[in-house]
Amino acid sequence: MIHLVWLVPFLPLLGFLINGLGRRYLSKPLTGIVGSGSVVAAFVISLLIFFEVRTPGFTPQVVTLFDFISVGSLHIPFAFQVDQLSALFLLIITGVGSLIHIYSTSYMHDESNEGFARYFAYLNLFVFSMLILVLGANYVMMFIGWEGVGLCSYLLIGFWFKNIEYNKAANKAFIMNRIGDLGFLLGIFLLITQFGSVTFSEVFEKVPSVGADSGVLFAIAMLLFIGAMGKSAQIPLYTWLPDAMAGPTPVSALIHAATMVTAGIYMVARSNVIYSLAPHIQTIVTLVGLATALLAASIALKQNDIKKVLAYSTVSQLGYMFIALGVGAYTAAVFHVMTHAFFKALLFLGSGSVIHAMGGEQDIRKMGGLKKWMPITNFTFLIGCLAIAGIPGLSGFFSKDEILAHAFGYSPVIYGLALIGALMTAFYMFRLYYITFTGKFRGTHEQEHHLHESPGAITFPLIVLAILSVIGGYVGMPAVFGVPNLLAEYLSPIFAPSAPFLHAHHLSHSLEWGLMGLSTGLVIVMILWARSKFANYTDNGEPSTGIAKVLENKWYVDELYDAIIVKPLMVLSRFFQDVVERSGIDAVVNGVGSAVKWGGGRARLLQNGQVGFYIFAMVIGMIVLFVISLFL
Amino acid sequence: MGIDMIIFTVLSAIAIAAALGVILSKNPVNSVLCMITCFVAIAGHYIMLNAQFLFVVHLIVYTGAIMVLFLFVLMMMNLNADIEPQKRNWLKYAGAISGGALLLVLVAALRDASLPAIQEGGKTDIGLVSNLGKTLFTSYVVPFELSSVLFLSAMVGAVVIGKK
Amino acid sequence: MPVQYYIFLSIALFCIGIMGVLMRRNAIIIFMCIELMLNAVNLLLVAFSKMWVDAGRVDAASAQLFVFFVMVVAAAEVSVGLAIIVMMYRNTHSVDINILSRLKN
Repeated sequence: MIHLVWLVPFLPLLGFLINGLGRRYLSKPLTGIVGSGSVVAAFVISLLIFFEVRTPGFTPQVVTLFDFISVGSLHIPFAFQVDQLSALFLLIITGVGSLIHIYSTSYMHDESNEGFARYFAYLNLFVFSMLILVLGANYVMMFIGWEGVGLCSYLLIGFWFKNIEYNKAANKAFIMNRIGDLGFLLGIFLLITQFGSVTFSEVFEKVPSVGADSGVLFAIAMLLFIGAMGKSAQIPLYTWLPDAMAGPTPVSALIHAATMVTAGIYMVARSNVIYSLAPHIQTIVTLVGLATALLAASIALKQNDIKKVLAYSTVSQLGYMFIALGVGAYTAAVFHVMTHAFFKALLFLGSGSVIHAMGGEQDIRKMGGLKKWMPITNFTFLIGCLAIAGIPGLSGFFSKDEILAHAFGYSPVIYGLALIGALMTAFYMFRLYYITFTGKFRGTHEQEHHLHESPGAITFPLIVLAILSVIGGYVGMPAVFGVPNLLAEYLSPIFAPSAPFLHAHHLSHSLEWGLMGLSTGLVIVMILWARSKFANYTDNGEPSTGIAKVLENKWYVDELYDAIIVKPLMVLSRFFQDVVERSGIDAVVNGVGSAVKWGGGRARLLQNGQVGFYIFAMVIGMIVLFVISLFL
Repeated sequence: MGIDMIIFTVLSAIAIAAALGVILSKNPVNSVLCMITCFVAIAGHYIMLNAQFLFVVHLIVYTGAIMVLFLFVLMMMNLNADIEPQKRNWLKYAGAISGGALLLVLVAALRDASLPAIQEGGKTDIGLVSNLGKTLFTSYVVPFELSSVLFLSAMVGAVVIGKK
Repeated sequence: MPVQYYIFLSIALFCIGIMGVLMRRNAIIIFMCIELMLNAVNLLLVAFSKMWVDAGRVDAASAQLFVFFVMVVAAAEVSVGLAIIVMMYRNTHSVDINILSRLKN
């Protein structure tokens, strides 16, 4: 089965080509079948591959399709690497991807035929790029996928391209990502100069020989991390992700929550040997993740757009994943990627269902009491909130608890701050839930009349994801439960090479139980506080003041970037346009033109029509030529 | 100084003097007559160089036909009086100076050229009709035929231009 | 007798021809000066022919045939050129070549 791995990315590519080229001719059901079918088929193959990978004694396999770049001693094959990590990501991407494709067939139904096909073409292209990203056997392949998902993200954020604001959001996402991509690219160049190869197996084999904590590894790890910052929306490159909510909601669920934004996590996890050997970078990763987690969570506390809350929540959760990577808990990070993919996709799709029912309204102050009209959405959304808040028994609890436990082992201060972030998570998620689903309906009568439960194509993925959100955590139970940690065992071959360089902190069982109890208790307190505050929410219309106003305006980070980067850049551009372009480059070009014209005007006088003068000139020329050829 | 040297010097003096006369005389008819003198002197050189056939052709074509044609045209236009308005003087000097400069350059360049000398006697029949005719109708038969086409077209051209 | 004498004679005639072309404005005189230059070249060709014959070359008759062809072309040229000059005279009642510069407008 492994040798057929190329089918996994190939099928979505085929779907993209069919939908993209035939967008004028295909009917909506056909488009939906092609779009979803290709991803579902890829999911089935991924599943078969996964079971093959799970068999004991499996060794990572590389499937080379053709030679991509061959220059001098540098050989970069177009190859897929199938191992535990990529197989797991294949499952997440194609699995969640399939559900979101199915969901989209209903959600995007109001689009025109062509727009519908365009949407599915982009979505399939995204899945293809993402699969290339995780399947690539070298950094260049990963970079191809990396750029591909960035492109698709841009296309889908700006899907409704007639809205200028959406286009600006798409540009913002693209440019922010470009900054990170530059870092990634430089990192790849440095890898090539240092190791003469970009193939994972060869690079990781040679990395330890450079020596831990060396400057080169520091630079490589930092550059790769800059790439991860851009793609995974970490400080300071996170501001594009909340704006990326301009895209259709299923896109937010798939790209901006479940898959693409975790590409940075995947890359760091894949390069775990490099990071384990660069402890200073690990500290930076931890601190950046922590700062992002706290900042985004605090912003989410006061947002009123249902998707913005989820977006900041995503940024915050990505911060947690980076904390895990930074403290060396790679398994925990991948675990959180998986559970987060389930519950965040669920929450986004749930919000999509709400927005669908509300006729496009996204402001939660105008919702309320939706429980009555949308029981399935309400129930699944509640499960998603419980999962992300970290209620014991649900997936989010296990993954987040594992991260927190490792953070405690690393430093209790980081644990404390991360716990505060987790509590904020619980608070803002339940604020969102209570304002949206309980209390009185605050929208217009027309909207109230229109309220309805969403059709099956929307609720089916919600139910499946809700089930996954509940049971997804049981693959990675902590040791204290006395159950084998299936995920850690499964992934151990991937992270084994870096194990000798990490200082594992084993917490005593009683301490772990204590931490678990503490976080659970505080989370429940937070949920009850949110319930008492927002269960019967009424919009008093008063403008918020003080810290609330700062949070509502997202700490003014956008304004800050605008002031220190965008504005000076604009001034500089204007300077170049008005001064350098006009009186520099234009002057040179026009000067050349007028010099030629002036010279032509003078030289024209030589052609005076006097035959005698022509002959005279000819004789002079002859003399000169003779002198040159005979005497010089 | 042998007889050939004397003849050469005399003929050369005549030719150069006549050529100067061509460009310096104010009356065009005098110019034509000087030209004829010059051509005759050149024809004398041809004899000296054993080019008997060319000597004859030169006399017939140049002196007999072409120069008579010139004279005929001049007479027809009644240009015997000097009607030529003078050129601007500086251009005249410029012409003389540049011509002289060319002369100097060429003489200086070719003064030291090492070439075989021309000898007395030797093969004298090279310029006879039979010799040239053989070469002309073997090696150069195609240019010869082409020149007949050239003549035809020149004749047609002259008639067309003249009839307008 | 060195062949240089003939070369110098030819150069002298040629340069006199050039001077005439440059100094005179009468189209017929200019035309005659061109003929003079052609003859200077012809003389040189014949001199070289003789030189090579004396040096033992058997194919030196070619040079004389070149002179022959030059004469052919000159004859053709004169017939057309004089026709043009006659036309010009008929139109402008002058053979001043500077009159022709009116063509430029």
